[in-house]
Amino acid sequence: MLNIVLGAVSLGLLWAIMTLGVFLTYRILDYADLTVEGSITMGAAIAARLIYDGVDPVLATAAAIAGGMAAGWVTGVLHTKLKIPGLLSGILSMIALYSINIRIMGKANITLLKSDTVFTGISALGITGQWAVMLVGAGLTAAVILFLYWFFGTELGCAIRATGDNEKMARAQGINTDTMKLLGLMLSNGLVAFSGALIAQNQRYADITMGQGAIVIGLASVIIGEVLFDRGGFLRRFFSMALGAVIYRIIIAFVIELGMQPTDLRLFTAITVAAALSIPNIQGKAITLFRPRRVSAGCAVQSK
Amino acid sequence: MTDMLQITNLHKTFNPGTPNENHVLKGVSLTLKEGDYVTVIGGNGAGKSTLLNSIAGTIGVDSGEIRIDSVDVTRLPEHKRAGLLGRVFQDPMQGTAAKMSVSENLALAARRGKHRGLRWGLPKGENQEFIKALEMLGLGLERRLDDKIGLLSGGQRQAITLIMATMQKPKLLLLDEHTAALDPKTAAKVLDITDQVVNQSQLTTLMITHNMNDAIRHGNRLIMMDEGRIILDIQGEEKKKLTVDQLLKLFAQAGGENALSDRMLLHN
Repeated sequence: MLNIVLGAVSLGLLWAIMTLGVFLTYRILDYADLTVEGSITMGAAIAARLIYDGVDPVLATAAAIAGGMAAGWVTGVLHTKLKIPGLLSGILSMIALYSINIRIMGKANITLLKSDTVFTGISALGITGQWAVMLVGAGLTAAVILFLYWFFGTELGCAIRATGDNEKMARAQGINTDTMKLLGLMLSNGLVAFSGALIAQNQRYADITMGQGAIVIGLASVIIGEVLFDRGGFLRRFFSMALGAVIYRIIIAFVIELGMQPTDLRLFTAITVAAALSIPNIQGKAITLFRPRRVSAGCAVQSK
Repeated sequence: MTDMLQITNLHKTFNPGTPNENHVLKGVSLTLKEGDYVTVIGGNGAGKSTLLNSIAGTIGVDSGEIRIDSVDVTRLPEHKRAGLLGRVFQDPMQGTAAKMSVSENLALAARRGKHRGLRWGLPKGENQEFIKALEMLGLGLERRLDDKIGLLSGGQRQAITLIMATMQKPKLLLLDEHTAALDPKTAAKVLDITDQVVNQSQLTTLMITHNMNDAIRHGNRLIMMDEGRIILDIQGEEKKKLTVDQLLKLFAQAGGENALSDRMLLHN
């Protein structure tokens, strides 16, 4: 029992960084970015390939982040410069990344047997296994959160937030909204690839299909985090995203423990996300249905 | 007095070469002196908003030239002109970022047209300036610096947008029917604030309105547009003595009777 929870928490901390990436695009930029499905695999592929080839795991992870940022840049260029709709831009990148990721790995999957990873790096301190993953995962997630908190407090970060909030206003304030979207997508996919690199090192293999459904997992975590913890300032919002990712993993661990087929998980997650996204609208409709209609004040004023 | 805005022979056609082709600006030329406060009226489709949007760079023009304070901005993208311009839109939701706080919005505006780097976006000391600017409105907004803008009413948001448009003195203030979406009492209040802000900093201003009374009462110059052209330009003593009836007659003489929209007449 405790083992299940510990495993879920450590895995959740690795997915937390990916959730923060999804949060950046989905909530701050107001952009549903499907690149994520390809960039998480890309992060895993780059890290696994480089570690397999004997590169230092820290360096390999850094390269994975750079790869993810490049993927985000491509999506951004497709959307802002070539004017392809946002959803489609992400899908195009995602599809292209499938081929690129196979090129990176040279085959459909790489297994890392005895190689060092960022998690074995702290074994010198006497921390190994699950605890090492948890410690490194928590440390990196906290570092990412602090970095994001700082970044979104700067002039540049505020300009990205304004772009996602109200593009017309942002341009009127002299903000180059195309550049801000590009930056936001790069940052987001860099984080997603970072997460992919950590996940691959934890499970000791990278697989071409591991990104499938990642966007929905990310959204589920974002929504769980918002519903359960999200009140108040930006720092708290970021922390609630990380908690959302961890809780999501604990829920999944329990439904599997209760006997759900792992292959049914995606259906379960998709239904959960669809329900969570639609409940506010259904509630709104229910309220208007049961309330007597009245003439709104706005109409009364206009027809004076 | 220098010329703050020089527009020469501006043309704009929407959807050229299609059945929906619409020649909206047909050679508009207009010069504003520094400190001019010009009201713009005209029926639907007269080209008022298109004129403002081409000055702001929201839409590109087909031919002609736009100079702001002698700088040719005709081909400059919108965000690069923003440093020269202050803008308030018709929809109160469009001038501010709803999910950001009042002070964050003001901080964004304080950096309009400037380089945005990795310095802190909202230094503590800046709030004092913001409080001073908001107190001038007399709406009590100085006590709501940390509230999300989305919690404020349309009138309050429009007033804040005005402050944002002018806290860094713009070369030209563009107001696109900025009171049209407000109830009459709030609209009057926002217009008062507009006059106050414009007079205080002697701002060169172009204000579109659909209300003839407002167009007469505010500013030192009135222009009327019809079918993509400026058909009337009244200023000085002549404008001060103007009445709505005279304006309607002048409009008819200038050949614009068919373009008088119901909306314009209803509001008088």
